[in-house]
Amino acid sequence: MQLFIKSLNKKRKVQQEQKSVRDLKIGEKGVICCLTDPEMSLKLLEMGCIPGEEVKLNSRAPLGDPITIIVNDYTLSLRLDEAATIKLKA
Amino acid sequence: MSEVLAPAPASVPYSISGSTPRKAAKIALIGNPNSGKSSLFNHLTGLNQKVGNFPGVTVDKKTGVSQLTPNLKAQVIDLPGTYSLYPKSLDEKVIIDLLHDKKSSSYPDVLIITADASNLKRNLLLFTQLADLKIPAVLALNMMDVAEKHGIKIDVAELQQALGVPVIPVNARTGSGLAALKILLSQELEVSETTFFPIPENLLVMVRQIRYYFELSNDYLAWHYAHQYHKLSFLSEDDKAYIGELVKKYDFHSNAQQASETVDRYTRINGLLLDAMRVTKAENNEQFSNKLDQILTHKIFGYLIFFGVLFMMFQAIFAWAAYPMDLIDQGVATINAWVHTQADGPLIDLLTDGVLAGLGGVLIFIPQIALLFAFIAVLEETGYMARVTFLMDKIMRKFGLNGKSVVPLISGVACAVPAIMATRTIDSWKDRMITIFVTPLMSCSARLPIYTVMIALVVPETYFLGFLSLQGLVLMGLYLIGFLAAIFSAALLKWVLKTKERSYFIMEFPTYKMPRWKNVGLTIVEKVKAFVFQAGKVILAISVILWVLSSYGPGNAMQQAEERATSELTSLHLNDADAEAHIAGQKLEASYAGQFGKFIEPAIRPLGYDWKVGIALLTSFAAREVFVGTISTIYSVGDSENISTVKEKLMAEKDEFGQPFFTPARAFSLLIFYVFAMQCMSTVAVVYRETKGWKWPILQMLYMTGLAYASAFVVFRLFS
Repeated sequence: MQLFIKSLNKKRKVQQEQKSVRDLKIGEKGVICCLTDPEMSLKLLEMGCIPGEEVKLNSRAPLGDPITIIVNDYTLSLRLDEAATIKLKA
Repeated sequence: MSEVLAPAPASVPYSISGSTPRKAAKIALIGNPNSGKSSLFNHLTGLNQKVGNFPGVTVDKKTGVSQLTPNLKAQVIDLPGTYSLYPKSLDEKVIIDLLHDKKSSSYPDVLIITADASNLKRNLLLFTQLADLKIPAVLALNMMDVAEKHGIKIDVAELQQALGVPVIPVNARTGSGLAALKILLSQELEVSETTFFPIPENLLVMVRQIRYYFELSNDYLAWHYAHQYHKLSFLSEDDKAYIGELVKKYDFHSNAQQASETVDRYTRINGLLLDAMRVTKAENNEQFSNKLDQILTHKIFGYLIFFGVLFMMFQAIFAWAAYPMDLIDQGVATINAWVHTQADGPLIDLLTDGVLAGLGGVLIFIPQIALLFAFIAVLEETGYMARVTFLMDKIMRKFGLNGKSVVPLISGVACAVPAIMATRTIDSWKDRMITIFVTPLMSCSARLPIYTVMIALVVPETYFLGFLSLQGLVLMGLYLIGFLAAIFSAALLKWVLKTKERSYFIMEFPTYKMPRWKNVGLTIVEKVKAFVFQAGKVILAISVILWVLSSYGPGNAMQQAEERATSELTSLHLNDADAEAHIAGQKLEASYAGQFGKFIEPAIRPLGYDWKVGIALLTSFAAREVFVGTISTIYSVGDSENISTVKEKLMAEKDEFGQPFFTPARAFSLLIFYVFAMQCMSTVAVVYRETKGWKWPILQMLYMTGLAYASAFVVFRLFS
């Protein structure tokens, strides 16, 4: 399973096209494709954000950041820039 | 020991081989945050708890004794909550330092692994890692009732089969299942035969080399050495270098291996849960919590409610705590007076004015600490604290603070001591240090007496528009300056403080729950005990030193001063109270504290102060409000309780040119000094206790005193 997108060029291109959890609307669902930040991905994986899992954007804080998502049947809160590292399958 | 053990009850479908009773064992409790670990710890140990230190980190080491059977006790240690064996914070590091070092004095014989049944998949990740370490373990399956409500059915027998260790359903709320757990723990437990994560073939050679070099009992432990050797504090530099070379030689990439291990483990867990768990209702069932969140994290109501909660908390430590604090104050004074009626002499003075007064200075904080932690425990227990962080994170992050920093900062307006203890709820080390560092800059209630006296002295009692008091505005300005200093210092520290640890916000958003009052009660007891026994001794020591400094002088200087003052009395025509104050003032001048005041006079002269203020600066280190008392003694004010008397005396004070000493320039310089200066030994003591060392309190004192000195200097120059 490829977890990280290795090539930098590819990464930049992918980031432009690919949707991340950050871009979800409230109530919208997506399926995790990959995690872009190697170090942070370790934490996210432990919390159950595994590629192939479904995520749903549950709520946003009044100031727009942080957000809560539902993954693995529980609610997880994270910041927008952390959410941006969770890319979704098209 | 020849006890007869009850047979395992029917609810424990696990047969124990060779049920020989063991000697008092060491049990470690480990589990995810919010998995009911602390409640279970409280149930197992009750009030038999002790808070100690893990070396080198700020996390408390909670240990306790549990009576497993009528004649078998076990030592239980509560480890910090964690999601995995790969620590992401400094606090979690104590877990691997303990579990990866068999020679550690606290190395457990048995693990109780707690898991939240309503969130089993994620909780089992840590379980499978621990199982692979091959330490005898029990899985305490908590919150089965919540799981059932969510439509999750767990087949305990099936799960036990799959995991290879006993699984005991417990309810940490009611304590049910605890008897079964205790009986199980009183017997010899075996390690799980199941290996959940096989070491990758290509790395097995490296892992085996580490394993045999360190004589480790299994491959997975050696695997962890390869991952975390640089973090393990019990390894020598040579050991680390040895592993470092192997890791390089075998091209071992810790991050990539860790990631694929986690994915493999989840795949394995998903597989075994297919048989052991049935989910009947597919949709998320946190409807109640979601509905409540629509109000509690609402754009307007969310903040209104939060500020309401803060206001209540503030009221509690500012106003409600005042009653028991007065009682303690009077109680100590009564005992003091009583001792003086029984005996006299320098030793008695040391006991009463030194030790007893110091003890009073420790006990006086108990009401505030108890009340603040009652609030905080309820906020944590109900899950509301996570919402506080959620609401405030974006604003606070700009200043290098955490969403949770709001609670300590606001509490700091009442008193920095409980406020700094409240930073314990902040997970990130850096955020916590910054919060501890800047909290004493918030103007606390002990500064109020100084503010009141100084403002009354130099700010006229005029009103704008008939109701806006100028004095009130200046007072508000001082609070504002303190607040601004706190947040800008935080922003500064955010840049200065370097840390390897990355700060994440990624955390479970817990559902709302009713608070468990037992936990609230035990939290209060624990915090009060920690303060009294750990910060208390520092406070006591400093207050005795301060007492000696102000009651003794070199040679017989004190005696001479007293005689001189007494002989002057006849010509001064003073009333009794003022006469007594006159003698006390003369004695204080002759004491070591007086010497100190004169000694530092050159240093504080640029700020406009003389040696008399110097004495007050020293003595008010015991507590800022002592400033007013000392000033009253030096200027021989008989009735120091009455602000207008103090004010009159101070106004009459003349400098060497016969002009009033307390000019606006001097008063404002003093005010600014007290806004910034770390003039509080209790705060120093509590920072020492919370950071487990002297580095932070000393840095903090240098910073705050430096800031105070520079600002007071500027203010004095500007106004004079």
